[in-house]
Amino acid sequence: MAEVIPSVHQGSVSELDAAIAPPDLEVVNMSKRFGSLVALDQVSLHVKPGTFHALLGENGAGKSTLVKCMMGFYRPDHGDIVINKRSRTIASPKDAHHYGIGMVYQHFTSVPAMTVAENLVMSRFDTTTVINWKQEMAALQAFMATAPFKLPLETLVGQLAAGEKQKLEILKQLYLHSKILILDEPTSVLTPSEADEVLGLIREQVTDGKLSVLIISHKFREVTSFCDEITVLRKGKFAGTGRVEALTVADMAEMMMGEKREPQPVEKVATTEVVPVLQLHNLHANKDNGLEALHGVNLTVHQGEIVGIAGISGNGQRELVEVLAGQRSATSGQVMVNGEPYAATRKQINQHRVFVLPEEPLKNACVPHMSVAENLALRTFDRPPQAKGPMVLFAAIRQMAEQLIDTFKIKTPTPETPVGNLSGGNVQRTVLARELSADHINLLIAANPCFGLDFAMVDYIHGQILSARNRGVAVLLVSEDLDELLKLSDRLIVISGGKFAYESAIAEADFAAISHAMAGH
Amino acid sequence: MATEAIGWLGVPLGILAGTLRGSAPFLFVSLGECLTEKSGKINLGLEGTLLMGAMSAYAISYLGVSQWNMSPAISPWIGVLVAGLAGMGMGLIHAWLSQQPRVNDIAVGIAMIIFGSGLAFFLGKPFIQPQAPQLPSFELGKLLSSSPIVQSALQISPLFILGVLLAPAMNWFFKSTRPGLFIRAVGDSPDAALAMGVSVKKVRMLCIIAGSFLAGIGGAYLSLVYPGSWTERISSGQGLMAVALVIFARWNPIQCLWASLFFGGAQAIGPALQAVGIDKGYYLFNAAPYVLTLLIMILTCSPKKTLSGAPGALGSING
Ligand SMILES: Nc1ncnc2c1ncn2[C@@H]1O[C@H](COP(=O)(O)OP(=O)(O)OP(=O)(O)O)[C@@H](O)[C@H]1O
Ligand SMILES: [Mg+2]
Repeated sequence: MAEVIPSVHQGSVSELDAAIAPPDLEVVNMSKRFGSLVALDQVSLHVKPGTFHALLGENGAGKSTLVKCMMGFYRPDHGDIVINKRSRTIASPKDAHHYGIGMVYQHFTSVPAMTVAENLVMSRFDTTTVINWKQEMAALQAFMATAPFKLPLETLVGQLAAGEKQKLEILKQLYLHSKILILDEPTSVLTPSEADEVLGLIREQVTDGKLSVLIISHKFREVTSFCDEITVLRKGKFAGTGRVEALTVADMAEMMMGEKREPQPVEKVATTEVVPVLQLHNLHANKDNGLEALHGVNLTVHQGEIVGIAGISGNGQRELVEVLAGQRSATSGQVMVNGEPYAATRKQINQHRVFVLPEEPLKNACVPHMSVAENLALRTFDRPPQAKGPMVLFAAIRQMAEQLIDTFKIKTPTPETPVGNLSGGNVQRTVLARELSADHINLLIAANPCFGLDFAMVDYIHGQILSARNRGVAVLLVSEDLDELLKLSDRLIVISGGKFAYESAIAEADFAAISHAMAGH
Repeated sequence: MATEAIGWLGVPLGILAGTLRGSAPFLFVSLGECLTEKSGKINLGLEGTLLMGAMSAYAISYLGVSQWNMSPAISPWIGVLVAGLAGMGMGLIHAWLSQQPRVNDIAVGIAMIIFGSGLAFFLGKPFIQPQAPQLPSFELGKLLSSSPIVQSALQISPLFILGVLLAPAMNWFFKSTRPGLFIRAVGDSPDAALAMGVSVKKVRMLCIIAGSFLAGIGGAYLSLVYPGSWTERISSGQGLMAVALVIFARWNPIQCLWASLFFGGAQAIGPALQAVGIDKGYYLFNAAPYVLTLLIMILTCSPKKTLSGAPGALGSING
């Protein structure tokens, strides 16, 4: 663990120091309501200069709301922001930038139809109207050369994988010279080694006294290895603060949940029968830009087996899942489910009982403007009991929604709230509730299913996936979290450059060989 | 036209002349719509705006000379300006209505077509008969040929040249200016724009109004250049076609220019053939622009690729 820097010599701050050192940031008694829902209730927080501060809490605790209020994205109902001991008004992200505060949001905020370079240049808050691209590109290339991670400047952001988009968000803040960096779950989409690399580089800046960081994370490992202090929220209220050195993981979990909780391990049951459920034969598919993303993939997933697919984002995982989910058509090759050709039509999905948990669920598995109840019913609204002939029965939909909201603990003001307004974790829960609640599942395809979920929910989902497997469900688990894959899979495959580069039963999996294959050697 | 004199050569000449004469309204409306759609809004109402522009330009040009003692060299230009302003008025209404919560762009657009054309017909009744001074054009043909046929075919309006220059200017604006990038951000991902402190509503409001200004100018071209009169059938759906043309041009101003020229040319196929004596299937040839568009759409669209260039938030309903 790195040493904490003593805060900058107060009182005698020279002009030069003031320019380099991050300011002292305090939030006092902040409150925010959304309609009748109290998202924040008198919350206070203090980020000292040159510290790495973690903001913890369950899904829906109000973490994102708090930082969005600090950024001027939301207008708080009550409360003060104090910068260097002076109360300041932050009415827009522009004001926040003026005080050196920059944020990486939980939902990506780069513009998909623009290139990396355009996104970076546009994010700058200066006033020049005309952009001299020659000059800007030279400056950007110089910036990229020194940046902790590299991205191709001319690529459209929409074609970047989730992990690369996240890197862009962080790069953007470094490019803007932000002094206080607010990171909302920046590592959910990164592999553990990528996350360590990114956080390590940011940590160095903090240790050098150039940056303060406020990070929202659900991963205790990151908190204990990179952070100095934590503040915990519980159900919109302040639940405690403290130095990381003085706290154990159990203490932090208790602060978050308000009670002690033991993880419940689920045992794997040995499966004897070998019945293939999902078979891919020489599958090829293209990316959006027409280049080939999958170069002939062969795969069989059997009943009662979890096949894990590891890989760095952008190596064809997204396209593979999209083909299986029916969002993209294969250019050649075949997908078979239960021995029959499968094209993911609504009829086939229902007949073969195939369920999908895609990545970026708000975009891939929800209709953001439709209500939580409607989104929960997307699989079932056209069949009894939710439909009678051509009629949709809204009472039945609402009733089922209320039940699912209850069992999956979706935190939403009402079932009628648009799903796009929910917190990141609660969007994920909504999709999970829809996909995992069906009584008979045959094939489950999950892509990064624990993206942005708090540890209790991660445990719950892992338990659900394992128990599905034990019931005989064939599971294809695509994840960028190697720990998760090693914990759940029966068989592990590494995808690299659109091909399978490594395969082994989990008992024989060799960590060095996996990393090697993931890096594309 | 006495095109028979130069025989079959009249066909390509007729099409060329038609292209130079007839594409400007498409160009102005499609550039206006391109600007609007880049910001994430659809303005179908530009058909109504076009008619309002045509009517007000004609009326002002006429009234300027007959009532307000303007010189006939100036009054049509004032007409053009007023047409733009009338367009902006229409744009303001559309921008305000279409940004109300739970309001659909298309519905407002259709209402605006009906409102715009109704208002233009109502206010324009007294101007159907009188002859208003027209805008001057450059006599390109005089430099090239002594044949009066060629000379009358190759006339180019300064408005058309303005439109042709506007296309690359707009392309540059979207690529190399900060406001241009902001407009694209607002159209593609309003959340991202908000995170940068850009007001989505304001940007869209300005884009719709500016786009409608251009459509108004397109209307002025109809009544003051070609065909150069004010009747109720003057636009014959060109405004609507220009809106579709933006999709065809993949939201790219330069391609809007090519597409407008293409439409203008295709429109002239029927008349050019008729001029050399082929009048069988005249109506069929008049449908050429539509058939060609359909064909190109079918050939270039693919379900396997996303429609590149479509602004991500295009036409989505406000909160
Ligand atoms: N724009 C909004 N409209 C209505 N309710 C909202 C809105 N934004 C957030 N909420 C609600 O406020 C509560 C707090 O949400 P917030 O996004 O701050 O949670 P969080 O702590 O960041 O959770 P997560 O870990 O899941 O990201 C949630 O119940 C959420 O549904
Ligand atoms: Mg959040």
